[in-house]
Amino acid sequence: MTLEVLGISVLWIFLFGYVMIASIDFGAGFFNAYSLLIGKNHIITNVIKRYLSPVWEVTNVFLVFFFVGMVGFFPQTAFYYGTILLVPVSISLVLLAIRGSYYAFEAYGARGHIGYSLTYGVTGLLLPASLSVVFAIAGGGYVDIVDGQPVLNYWTLYTSTFAWSIVVLSIAAVLYISAVFLTWYANKATDVEATNLMRKYALIWAAPLIISALGIIYEMKSINPESYQHMLNLWWMFAISAVLFIITVILLWMRKNYGLALGLLIAQFAVAFFAYGIAQYPYLLYPYLTIYDSFTNTQMAISLVIVFVLGLCLLLPSLYLLLKLFLFNKNYVTGKEDHHA
Amino acid sequence: MINESAVFWSRALTELTLTFHIIYATIGVGVPLMIMLAQWTGYKKNDEHYILMARRWARGFVITVAVGVVTGTAIGLQLSLLWPNFMQLAGQTIALPLFMETFAFFFEAIFLGIYLYTWDRFDSQKKHMLLLIPVAVGASMSAVFITMVNAFMNAPQGFDIVDGQLVNIQPFLAMFNPAMPTKVAHVVVTAYMTSAFVLAAIAGYRMLRGSEHIYHKKSLFLLMKIGLVASIASAIIGDFSGKYLAEYQPEKLAAAEWHFETTDKASLILLGVLDGEEVKYAIKVPYALSILARNNPTAEVIGLDQFAEEDRPPLYIHYLFNIMVFIGMFMVLVSLVYVVGKPRGWLFIHSRWFRWIIVAGAPLSIIAIEAGWWLAEVGRQPWILYGIMRTAEGATTSDHVDLMMLLFTGVYAVLGIGSTVVLVRMFKKNPIEQEIEDRHTEKGGDII
Repeated sequence: MTLEVLGISVLWIFLFGYVMIASIDFGAGFFNAYSLLIGKNHIITNVIKRYLSPVWEVTNVFLVFFFVGMVGFFPQTAFYYGTILLVPVSISLVLLAIRGSYYAFEAYGARGHIGYSLTYGVTGLLLPASLSVVFAIAGGGYVDIVDGQPVLNYWTLYTSTFAWSIVVLSIAAVLYISAVFLTWYANKATDVEATNLMRKYALIWAAPLIISALGIIYEMKSINPESYQHMLNLWWMFAISAVLFIITVILLWMRKNYGLALGLLIAQFAVAFFAYGIAQYPYLLYPYLTIYDSFTNTQMAISLVIVFVLGLCLLLPSLYLLLKLFLFNKNYVTGKEDHHA
Repeated sequence: MINESAVFWSRALTELTLTFHIIYATIGVGVPLMIMLAQWTGYKKNDEHYILMARRWARGFVITVAVGVVTGTAIGLQLSLLWPNFMQLAGQTIALPLFMETFAFFFEAIFLGIYLYTWDRFDSQKKHMLLLIPVAVGASMSAVFITMVNAFMNAPQGFDIVDGQLVNIQPFLAMFNPAMPTKVAHVVVTAYMTSAFVLAAIAGYRMLRGSEHIYHKKSLFLLMKIGLVASIASAIIGDFSGKYLAEYQPEKLAAAEWHFETTDKASLILLGVLDGEEVKYAIKVPYALSILARNNPTAEVIGLDQFAEEDRPPLYIHYLFNIMVFIGMFMVLVSLVYVVGKPRGWLFIHSRWFRWIIVAGAPLSIIAIEAGWWLAEVGRQPWILYGIMRTAEGATTSDHVDLMMLLFTGVYAVLGIGSTVVLVRMFKKNPIEQEIEDRHTEKGGDII
């Protein structure tokens, strides 16, 4: 494995981590706000709060880790993506800033404040939409090089069905992932009402998810024939992902083994996410930038890898402790204990 | 190709983001240490008041952390969005501490989450207190790593440029550049100083509002002691920073001191106004600049005459320097008087006017932090990477930066107002008297 592939694999894993936990986070915020509006908040708010509160800050770090690592391993992405993403990422940043702080304002300052809850609920749904546009841009077709400078073609982007399909997929995925996770979590908290409600949401969002995913693969054919061909070669990975999806839905339908359902869901997204990533190889920005011509110098790459390994030695035990105390601790999950400062 | 308007607005937006972020970042670096010291004192003295102090500070701290985290994410991405050419170069040379910073931040985030949600969960109090060590260490290390990057911008090293290509890159040499020791130390220590004085101001304010609870007195005395140590340390490190500048960035020092001609026995100019290159109405302290620069009253100090017009920083940084130094000195004095006066029973330190001075310490310290950062950043101009890349060359070429400026101005206003409202409401609704009473009934009277 070359250093380039190692670097991008590590970053892709972290991005996957962010996609999963941020989806749970965004979706939970939305369900919380939605339940407030339809007056069902007494059912799910507690479950959502118990999970979100201790981990919200950690979610954000995954994102920071990803883009800092990107600039470190592939400095040229700072030039290309930095130049073209000024507007889209600034919008994401604004949403992220509002969401993160209003979450904290509500959770720690003014519990139950409806305005605050709605603010972070709605921004949580806009965020995946605005962040996922970057995937569409990376796929190619929306960037021109003018006088040696990359320029984003906003009009083509905003009128592209491909970009909009990705937006729809991201929103459906956020709600589906989050609902499945919360079904499991509520079940663990032995909260029957919340489990049933979240299970219902999960089943509702399963259909839009798979339809938009299939639509994207179909549209790839005309947008980026090269990676479409790669995707066809990787058909077996997408097939595995589809099978995992079907089993998850069946388990949810039959109200059986939510833990396994959650595991299969994570596997389903992991396989699809990596299949998509491999199909883009070697491009970081099609067709201008590959992982090879944007890679940093060897000395920096080696130092980053060493720091990364040392950092993981510090991080993994800490993350384990966090999960052990809050996610896998029966007393905490069921709400028998509250030790908030 | 340089887009003049994009350069201007990129500078403005970076300045705005940093100015806003640094308030929350400074509190984010300093307050965990205060919480730790309070909880430690409480544990040692078996005094519930100090434990409560830690708990209340931690509650407020979360709000500031949230804003610090999101604005930190903003500046992290804005570096690439507004300065793509610079970041491409920086990615090759100084990515290492940036990467380390994310780990420090990760570490802090995890343990802060655990700390906040495990009050009284463990059997031993000590176990819970120990969680603060990774929080405080992570917070301070974040500042250390990120300041290393800023230091690199002032004193780049660890690479060579041959025919426009970067070669011979040494990431660790780049991290440990000459600007690093003084800059990192100054940033960390002033964060402790500011946090101590901000929290002290809250105690002072509560006392002015008529609360005579012993809790506030304990808190004020503890914080003034920490503030005194940190502000003296800031001044000493500030002196070393002067010596660093004289050696490595003489034009930055010369511009800050309005030192136009290279001379020996240079005097330090305070305040004053400029008429061309003539300084009027200033206080001149003989030999002081030579001492600041070289530790020797007769040493030669390089003046601006050694530098071409286009390489000189703007001269208004002189006032920023003065503001920073005056406030720093003033706070040393205030905390010294309090710490010396308290055990000796000096009455005036409990007077209303002295308490107002303590309250003023909060905005003053923050102004000093802002002035210091503006001095550091504007004083590096016209360079984004000293001697290697000019600020205009590093900026983005995209349009719409001005619109983004508007957008972010709105967001920071919302966050600034929101966080203030939430914090004020949080502590107004639950004053210390109330909380002690609640705990009293809850626990059946084992605290006063």
